[in-house]
Amino acid sequence: MSLLIYGLINSVILALYTVGFSLTYGISGLANFAHGALYILSGFVAWSLMNAAGLPFAVSGILAVLITAAIGFAFYWVLILRVRGIPLAELIVTFAAGVAILELMTWKGFYGLRYSLPVFVNGGVEIAGVGIDYQRLIVLASGLVLVIGLWLFVHHTRIGLAFRAMAQNERTALSIGIESDWIGALSLAFGAALAAIAAMVVLPLGVMESTIGYDVLIYALAVAIVGGLESTLGMIAGSFLIGYGQIAAARYIGAKWMVIVPLAAIVFVLSVKPSGIFGKFKELEERV
Amino acid sequence: MTKQEGYRKKRLDRGIKARSDTLFAVASWKEILYLMIPRFLPVAVLLLLPLFLGNYWNKVLVYACIYGLLALSWDFLASCGLFSLGQSLFFGVGAYIAGGLNYYFHLPPLITIPIATIAGGILCSALLTPVMRLRGVYFAMVTLILPLLLMKIIETTGVFGGTQGLSSLSGFPHEMLSIYIAVVGFLACLFLFRRIINTDYGLILRAIRDDDRSVMSGGINIYWRKSQALFIAGAAGGFAGALMTHHYQFLGMSVFALDYSILPVAAVALGGQGTFAGAAIGSMLLVPLSEALRALGGLRVAIYCGVLIVSIILLPEGFFHYLARKYHQFEKVVKIG
Amino acid sequence: MERSPHPFFKVEHLRKNFGGVLAVYNVSFELRQGEFLGVIGPNGSGKTTLVNLITGFVKPTSGKIFFKGKKITGKKPYTIAGLGIARTFQMVRLFYNLPAYKNLIIPLCSSRVKRLRGGRYGEKDDEAIDLLDDMGFERDSRVPYKDVGSLPHGYLKRLDLARAMALRPDILILDELFSGMSMSEVASTLPLIEKFNREGLTIIMIEHRLKELFRVVDRVMVLNFGEKIAEGTPDEVMQEDEVKKAYLGIDVEIPPREAV
Repeated sequence: MSLLIYGLINSVILALYTVGFSLTYGISGLANFAHGALYILSGFVAWSLMNAAGLPFAVSGILAVLITAAIGFAFYWVLILRVRGIPLAELIVTFAAGVAILELMTWKGFYGLRYSLPVFVNGGVEIAGVGIDYQRLIVLASGLVLVIGLWLFVHHTRIGLAFRAMAQNERTALSIGIESDWIGALSLAFGAALAAIAAMVVLPLGVMESTIGYDVLIYALAVAIVGGLESTLGMIAGSFLIGYGQIAAARYIGAKWMVIVPLAAIVFVLSVKPSGIFGKFKELEERV
Repeated sequence: MTKQEGYRKKRLDRGIKARSDTLFAVASWKEILYLMIPRFLPVAVLLLLPLFLGNYWNKVLVYACIYGLLALSWDFLASCGLFSLGQSLFFGVGAYIAGGLNYYFHLPPLITIPIATIAGGILCSALLTPVMRLRGVYFAMVTLILPLLLMKIIETTGVFGGTQGLSSLSGFPHEMLSIYIAVVGFLACLFLFRRIINTDYGLILRAIRDDDRSVMSGGINIYWRKSQALFIAGAAGGFAGALMTHHYQFLGMSVFALDYSILPVAAVALGGQGTFAGAAIGSMLLVPLSEALRALGGLRVAIYCGVLIVSIILLPEGFFHYLARKYHQFEKVVKIG
Repeated sequence: MERSPHPFFKVEHLRKNFGGVLAVYNVSFELRQGEFLGVIGPNGSGKTTLVNLITGFVKPTSGKIFFKGKKITGKKPYTIAGLGIARTFQMVRLFYNLPAYKNLIIPLCSSRVKRLRGGRYGEKDDEAIDLLDDMGFERDSRVPYKDVGSLPHGYLKRLDLARAMALRPDILILDELFSGMSMSEVASTLPLIEKFNREGLTIIMIEHRLKELFRVVDRVMVLNFGEKIAEGTPDEVMQEDEVKKAYLGIDVEIPPREAV
C-alpha cells in the first residue's frame, strides 16, 4: 500500500517537473534546456522575497511564479528571438543560459540548510495505514489540478486554441493572424510559470540547492524521452513508469538503485520504440 | 539608418583566381606561401611549442588538445546533422575503459589508449544508434542525459571506485611523450577529419544532414552511415578521455561532468562550425582563457556559457570563417561618386 | 521474354489514411517488365502518396507491394531503392551548395551500384559526368560543374532524373517530372524517357500534362480521391464517364501514339 501511495506521489512530482518543458515544446517546438534552472531560480526568488522583503509565503510564492514567467518571456525576446529557427543555436542558447543561471547561483552560494521554503500546512494524515504529510497531498492535488486546468486552458480559451494552431501548422497560423513570436514568448512564459508552480509545491519537501536544477532537467528529459515528446498522455505515462519504477527499486533492491531506473527506462524505450511510449513522430513521413 | 555619403567599403578577392577545392594553379613562390602559411604555420607552432613552454603551460597545452579533440568530435557529428550536448559521454566512456583496464589488469597506457579508442567508439555508437532514427532535439536530449545519469550511478553504487575514483594509475614513461601524443593526436585528428569530410564519404554525411530523404532515395542506408559517424566521433572522444586519464594518473566520475560537454560546444560556436579548423581554433583560445580564469571557480562555467551565447548571437559564422574571409579578401574604402 | 510465375511488380489493396483522411484507398495494379504506366488524376487524388507508399517513405495502413515476387511493404526507403526502384521528387530534393555532378555521387556510392558494377566502385566523378552528359548537360560546358543553386529550374528537374538513373534502377518512378518545365525542356526530356523505356526500363510516370503523357505510355491508371477509377490504354480510359467527370472541363485530345 505504501508502495502505491509513495509511487503515486513520486510520479506526480515527476509529472510536475515535466509539464512546463513539454508545454513549451508542444507549442513552439522549442526545447527549453533552461527549464531546470528556471525551476530552482523561482525557488530562490520566493525565498529572497520572504527573507529579504519579509513577505508571507503565499504572496512571495505567487510573485515568484509571476517573476519566473516574466523571466521566461524576456528570455525569449532577448535571446531566443535572435536565433529562432536554427535548431542548433536554439538548443545551445537555452542550454547555455540554463547552465549559466545555475552556475551563477552556485557561485553566489545558494546552497545549504538555511535555504528552504515552508510547507503550506503542517502535519499529516494517515491513509490506509500509511502516514502522509499534508504537503505531499497538496503536491498530489496540485498535480491533478494543473493537468486538468491545462487541458481546459488549451482546449477552451482563445489563447489556448492559438497555441494549438501554432503547434499544428505555423504558417497557417501566421496567415490567420496569430503572431508566432508572441506565441513563442508566451509559451516560454507559461512553461516557466509551470516550472515555478511545481517548485512552489515540491520544494518545501526538502532543502533547496542550485544543483537541483540539473536533476529537474534530467528528470524532465527522461520523462519526455520515455513518454514521447508532444504527447500529454505520454508525459503522464512516462512519469508513472519512472515514478513507480524508482519507488519499487528503492523498496526491493536498495535506495541507491533509484537512479538507475530513469537510465534503464530510457535505454529500454529507445531500443523498443525510439519515439517514446506515446510518441507520434511523423517527421519521416512525407505528406502529399 | 542615416544617409551616408562619401565613402563605402569595397571587398576584393585577394586570392588566386583559379582556386578550387582540389586544384590549385600556382604560379609563384608567393602564391605557394599564400596557400601554405595558414596550413603549416599553426602546425609548426603547435609542434615546437612544447619545447619552449614551462611545465604549467605545457599542461594547459595538453588540456587544450584534449578539449580540442572533443570539439572536433562534436563538429564531426554536427557535420552529419547530429547535435550532441554530451561529448562527456564519449570522453567518460573512453576514460573509464582506459582507467579500468589499467587499474584492474595493469595494462600500460600504450595498450589501453588504443583499446579505449576503439571500444569507446563501438560502445558509444551502440548506445546511441537507436536515437539516430529520430531527428531534432531527441539526440541532444539523450546525449545530455546519459553522462549525467552515468555519473549519478557511479556516485551512488560505487562501481569503479565510486566518488573516490581510481588513483595511482600508470602515467607515460616520459613527460614529453605524453605532451606529444596529445599534440600529434589532436593534429592528426584535425587533418583526418578535414580529409574525410571532403571525400565522397564525407559528402554523403553532409548530404544526410541537409536532406536525409534525398539520400535514402539514392539507396544509401543512412542509419548505417550515421552509426559509422558516431563511431568515428566516439573514437576521437574516447581517445581524448583515455589520454586524460593517463595524463592525470587518476580517474574519477568527473569525466562525465558537464564541463566536457559544454566547453567543446563553446569552442565550436566560437571558432565556427563545419570546418574543424574552427573547432581547433576555438579550443586553443578557450582553454588557455579558462586556465587564466581558474581562480573564479564555478563561475568559469557561467563564463563559457556567456561566451557561447554571445558568440552564437553576434558572430554566428564563427571566428574561423571570419578570419578566412579576411585572409582571402581585402577591404578598401572607396569614394562613392 | 520468359514469363516468371510472379508478376514483375504488383500492388495489392494498398490503403493509407492520414488521420481521418483517406489518401489512397484500395489501389491494386500490376506491371510487366518494360511496361510504361501513366498515373493521372486531379490534385489531391493520392498520386504522390502512392509514390511515397511504393518507395517506402510512407508506411501503408494496409495492403501489400511485391517486386520480383518479394514483398517490399514496410521496408526502408533505402532498401527499396537498393532493390532497384528509383524515384524523382515532385519538389526536387537536391543539394544546392554542391556542384551538379557531385549530386550524383550519392547514388553512385550505394551498395546497389557497387554490386551491379561487379563489386567495386568506378571513377565516380567521371561516371557522374557521363550520366549528366546523357541528360543534356554538355560535358564540355561549365554546367555540370556549377553549383546546383545557380542552375535554372529545368536543369534541376533533369538533374533529379539523372540522380534517379544513377542508381541503375529496374523501375523508375517519375513524380510530375514536367511540372515547372518549359515546353522546349519537356520536348527535349521526353525522348530521353522514351529511350530509357525502349532499353527495357519499367517506368511509372505521374503527370499532369496529359498530352505528353499519352504519347509515351502503354497504359494509364486514373486516381480520384485516392481510388482507382479507371485503367487501360489512353483511349479506353478517356472514354469512361467517371474519368470525364473527374476531369470535368478538361478537354483532352489524344494524339496517335507514334510508332516506335
